Amino acid sequence: MPQLPAKLEETLDLLDLVPDRAERIQLLIDIADRFEEVPPRIARRPFSPDNLVPACESEAYVWGEKRPDGTLDYHFAVENPQGISAKSLAVILDEGLSGAPLAEVAAVPQDLVYRVFGRELSMGKSMGLMGMVSMVATMARHASGASGGAPPAGPR
Amino acid sequence: MSEIESRGYVNPDVLVSTEWVSQHLQDPKIRIVESNEDPLLYGTGHIPGAVEIDWTRDLNDQVRRDYLDHQGFSALMRRLGITKDTTVVFYGDRNNWWATYAYWVFQLFGHDRAKIMDGGRIKWAQENRPLSREVPQYPASDYQSAARDDKKIRAFRQQVLDHLQAKGPLIDVRSPAEYTGERLHMPEYPNEGALRGGHIPGAANVPWARAVNPDDGTFKSAADLKAIYEGEAHLSPDDDVVVYCRIGERSSHTWFVLTHLLGYPRVRNYDGSWTEWGNLVGVPIER
Repeated sequence: MPQLPAKLEETLDLLDLVPDRAERIQLLIDIADRFEEVPPRIARRPFSPDNLVPACESEAYVWGEKRPDGTLDYHFAVENPQGISAKSLAVILDEGLSGAPLAEVAAVPQDLVYRVFGRELSMGKSMGLMGMVSMVATMARHASGASGGAPPAGPR
Repeated sequence: MSEIESRGYVNPDVLVSTEWVSQHLQDPKIRIVESNEDPLLYGTGHIPGAVEIDWTRDLNDQVRRDYLDHQGFSALMRRLGITKDTTVVFYGDRNNWWATYAYWVFQLFGHDRAKIMDGGRIKWAQENRPLSREVPQYPASDYQSAARDDKKIRAFRQQVLDHLQAKGPLIDVRSPAEYTGERLHMPEYPNEGALRGGHIPGAANVPWARAVNPDDGTFKSAADLKAIYEGEAHLSPDDDVVVYCRIGERSSHTWFVLTHLLGYPRVRNYDGSWTEWGNLVGVPIER
């Protein structure tokens, strides 16, 4: 498996230390409580469908904002008020990937969601969450100049 | 006449309102069960006294693709303190999608003292009713389940092939893009767990969520449901109907609507659904 960005690896290591399902769920809920929606300077409603995560039934949106060093800050919106898992993953991706080398972000595997949430995910839920990871990775690939058919990264 | 009764369902008793649930929070003959798609939701707060049933952990066999057997079901009921006299009231996220799935699995074991809270979790939250993070503990019961009965409400692939041969009606409750097979072929799109896209030949496409009012997740009236399933999909109450989706969860919602709200006596849920059919060698597929 390619090297994961260091901050993301720290979060995953922390989750690995909590094998008990109830405790892990509580930890993920605590993480979701830190969710901050995309700032208005980046995007306002109605959000562009270009930033909508395919397959995510919680209606998650992703944006990338370029830093001076060329890396990206990742911003999210989750329109489903019950989309707690999507919010939790958004916080993990923002805190773990914003400012990380683009090549590392582009290589983050989709099955990261299983390491975060375990295998007890419905297929629909895992597809949506993997779609969030995939969209962030695609944005990083696009920002690095590699091909990849990325959605727009940056304020619109 | 209650508001639910006024909607004209064949079996209105299978639904209870959020108000009814709020009045039965302390009723020892009632067990409230939350069942969600999102595994984190229960932990963020649930109806006071409600227990959780997680479909992957609690309702599925942990090795092969099947539901738990009668011993597993008995153990689950005992852990949740449910007896054969307990009325189980299910509710959950996503318009009760997973609540009706759990309800359907309970019917495989004949636990017919079961109801759905109309509107589910979203309606309870919209009405600012209380939520609790306390996980309740109930004294274990001595539940002895009957053997699982897969004949009446469950369909397997050979039965679906026979049904197809007999030109029996099928309802595909997935999204139109899944039904046409388009979704499987979109670039960079996570695949659907199936090698082929499309639908079982002859199946009508009625996305499951059409049965609910999008604003509050309550079920539509019988007249509105008939307009969809009988007017558009040309079903009749006498039909032997097979419903399916991707793994049988969304179609359990439609099974519930047809069986209880419209009173169709012969509806089976093909839980193998598209993740089985779309991977089978040689079966007919339509796009």
